[in-house]
Amino acid sequence: MTLFFKFDFNAICQTVLEQVLNNNNIKYKNVGFGEIEVLEKITPEKQQDLQNELDTFNIEIVENQKSILVQKIKDTITDMVFNEDTVVNVKSSVYLSEALGHSYGYLSNLFSEVTYTSIENFIIIQKIEYAKQLVIKQDLSLTEIAFKLNYSSVAHLSTQFKNTTGITPTAFQRIIAKRRDLNQQNN
Amino acid sequence: MQEDYINIILADDDEDDRMFFTDAFEDLKMTTKVQTFNDGVYLMDYLNSTEATLPNVLFLDLNMPRKSGLECLQEIKQDPKFKDIAIAIYSTSASEEDIENTFVQGANIYIKKPSSFKKLKKVLSEVVTINWQYHTNNMNKDNFLLRL
Repeated sequence: MTLFFKFDFNAICQTVLEQVLNNNNIKYKNVGFGEIEVLEKITPEKQQDLQNELDTFNIEIVENQKSILVQKIKDTITDMVFNEDTVVNVKSSVYLSEALGHSYGYLSNLFSEVTYTSIENFIIIQKIEYAKQLVIKQDLSLTEIAFKLNYSSVAHLSTQFKNTTGITPTAFQRIIAKRRDLNQQNN
Repeated sequence: MQEDYINIILADDDEDDRMFFTDAFEDLKMTTKVQTFNDGVYLMDYLNSTEATLPNVLFLDLNMPRKSGLECLQEIKQDPKFKDIAIAIYSTSASEEDIENTFVQGANIYIKKPSSFKKLKKVLSEVVTINWQYHTNNMNKDNFLLRL
């Protein structure tokens, strides 16, 4: 029997982070989107201890202002793509600009400079990642997945999937299924 | 911590291909460190040695003497210490069967060797960029399949 899980990454990270902060007796206010306001002075030694503990979970304290904003852009995009409760009725450029309080031109330049990819491309990558998860779960048809991810048609989703991965959604589904069978034989 | 460069390894028995490969990375805007090996035995000896720096992306030619790319892939996939390495098959062959089989065996990327240096640079840049996204955004590597 195989169990499939759906993760709320934001909630998981938030919980882990809060536990570590509590363990270290740090007073804080949670601002959301990976931002924590520390309500006391933290010595460099204490910050290093905190980072060491966070390393276990691959969580990194981001210091640089640019990196922080880029991380916020990424979090806003993943939330927009993966969280069904976040309904976006405007163009993603308008949404990002309003959510983060900077012009889209500024955000877009900064993002490309730091991440080696564009915001548009990052949105596509995340949407296709979500499509992959849904394709593997096999409980939705491609038509339903296309609708859920706001594609105008199945053809549009399939084309973008193929352009991004070089593989069609159906081939992707087949390969992952075969890979699972092979891993089960080996274990 | 921010990493300074991306570690790349290529195992290929063709000297010209190794040279083109190394040159192509020199022109990319991302900082990379490229190491090459002449066949699968040299590669696996290095990866299993204590002083090895494990690569972010490993490129494997399929047809190599002594130990083929497919044999390397299978060995690597059986060893948990290599689980973070993205594996790219780099081959002249592009039969659908080969491609699907290497993906099923655990390869992340399949590249048909491009016919021109310009295309090679474009393809390698694409691989490194998308791998970087998986690496820096904690995306699920099990779902990382890319064919170029």
